[in-house]
Amino acid sequence: MASQVLHRQAPLERAEFIRPVAEVPADLRIVQTLPWYERIYALDPIRQFSLLLILAAIWQVYALWLDNNLVLPSFGSTLEAWWDSVARGPLLLRAWTSIKLLLMGYAAGIAVAAILTLLAISTRLGTDLLNLLTAMFNPLPAIALLPLALLWFGLGEKSLIFVLIHAVLWPLALNAYTGFQGVSETLRLAGQSFGLRHLRFAVQILIPAAFPAILTGLKIGWAFAWRTLIAAELVFGVSSGGGGLGWFIFENRNQLEIPTVFAGLLTVIVIGLAVESVIFRTIERITVRRWGMQR
Amino acid sequence: MSAASIAVLPHPLLAIRGVTVQYKTADRLVTATHRVSFDVHSGDRFVLLGPSGCGKSTLLKSIAGFIAPTEGEILLDGASVRQPGPDRVMVFQEFDQLMPWKTVRENIAFPLVANGTDRKLAREKAESYLARVGLSGFSEAYPHTLSGGMKQRVAIARAMALEPKILLMDEPFAALDALTRRKMQEELLRLWDDVGFTLLFVTHSIEEAIVVGSRILLLSPHPGRVRAELNVPSRHGEAGGEAQSALGRRIHHLLFDEDDAQTAAQAGKTVSRRAHG
Repeated sequence: MASQVLHRQAPLERAEFIRPVAEVPADLRIVQTLPWYERIYALDPIRQFSLLLILAAIWQVYALWLDNNLVLPSFGSTLEAWWDSVARGPLLLRAWTSIKLLLMGYAAGIAVAAILTLLAISTRLGTDLLNLLTAMFNPLPAIALLPLALLWFGLGEKSLIFVLIHAVLWPLALNAYTGFQGVSETLRLAGQSFGLRHLRFAVQILIPAAFPAILTGLKIGWAFAWRTLIAAELVFGVSSGGGGLGWFIFENRNQLEIPTVFAGLLTVIVIGLAVESVIFRTIERITVRRWGMQR
Repeated sequence: MSAASIAVLPHPLLAIRGVTVQYKTADRLVTATHRVSFDVHSGDRFVLLGPSGCGKSTLLKSIAGFIAPTEGEILLDGASVRQPGPDRVMVFQEFDQLMPWKTVRENIAFPLVANGTDRKLAREKAESYLARVGLSGFSEAYPHTLSGGMKQRVAIARAMALEPKILLMDEPFAALDALTRRKMQEELLRLWDDVGFTLLFVTHSIEEAIVVGSRILLLSPHPGRVRAELNVPSRHGEAGGEAQSALGRRIHHLLFDEDDAQTAAQAGKTVSRRAHG
């Protein structure tokens, strides 16, 4: 009760004042540079590379302790086998075969996804079609289609490209479509207000505005395609020319060249890591991050 | 309006003739304005003022060409408005009207280039309009690094650079803080003094309408219909300030007392007053 009575009182009257703003001391730096270790720690590549070194060190120590080259060769002997396969063996050729195939499948997948997404954003029936197809085929592992593809297209690149398209298409189309849906009404109206229509509207407004989602789709599509390709080569062996990385791994496992198997796996990982942290990271840095659309 | 007074007035820049605008939501058809008519003349700072639900924003969208009227006609320079175009550029309330993937200068230059201006000229124009809104140093900045007020300045510069026949503004300062809003209103008036454009401005603030406008169209809600069209007295001098305050009270009276009267009429207490409205 006492406090309620207090609240009803008029606000306390106090004297006003106006004063000159206090001088800032000459030695106060309003903007200061961070110490060197904080600036180095802020660099992404430094932190990530240190983590990689730590992981490699753990592998090395564990493998030395285990001392069984058939189960887990050490990091050192894997590197040795890797160098051996690069210098004298077919590793580079195998990797190139895989990458070439992957790029073809990836590009074809992007093209089909572009057509399907364009249909989906321009007509309602196209939207339904995309939703239906994605719901049907996205959960289907690409590798499960390979036996069929081999029947239809024969033993060779065509079959692999077919399953690669399947691996890239659905995640990319789904993400791109979601991105287009999310383009703000204001941006659309502003674009129309400047007289942009149809293709120019799509290229100048819709695609850049949806770019964060499209980029996510491209990254997921890349990872799906890469793992699909290696698995396909592993399961179905040599299916084109001299075979790719998966074939390389399979071949060496049959000969119990386990350090070389690890060298093949390491190559798969390093290529994946390089694409992710160099190519996609660079695209991100010069686009969506610079534009403030992603932190 | 009598035939004699039409003959005296020059040809209007923008003529709204009995315009009814309807829009669809998921499950209903909403009539936003009903048979609204007014004229905007070259050099006007014409304000559409009304409470929410009077269809002023929808009407502006219709003038911009985003929504086709279901009845009546919108004529710009005698030609019927059918689709959006760079002769009626719109400045929106939302800050995300700038393209985040373009720098401030590119944001201003690209609509010019898209409409056939030479790249170099577009660049120069962008710089000159940026200077007009006081953002010369920011031409290389990306929109996400700017404050809300600066973003709106860029949007205004972008719209002005296209040199439209009429500049449409949909509550462009509503999302700003009160101090910045006040400053932006002053700057808009200064730009109008310098450049001399025709402005159609939508707001729900009586105070903003009086500061920004030279003529005010009052709309009553549900659906939007014309209630009055008023002149804004010059604000110079003490008498000007007094006259503006009086106008504010008049508008308040027109907007809110009428509401009271209608509610009362609907309640069946007074029936006679509605016949006059």
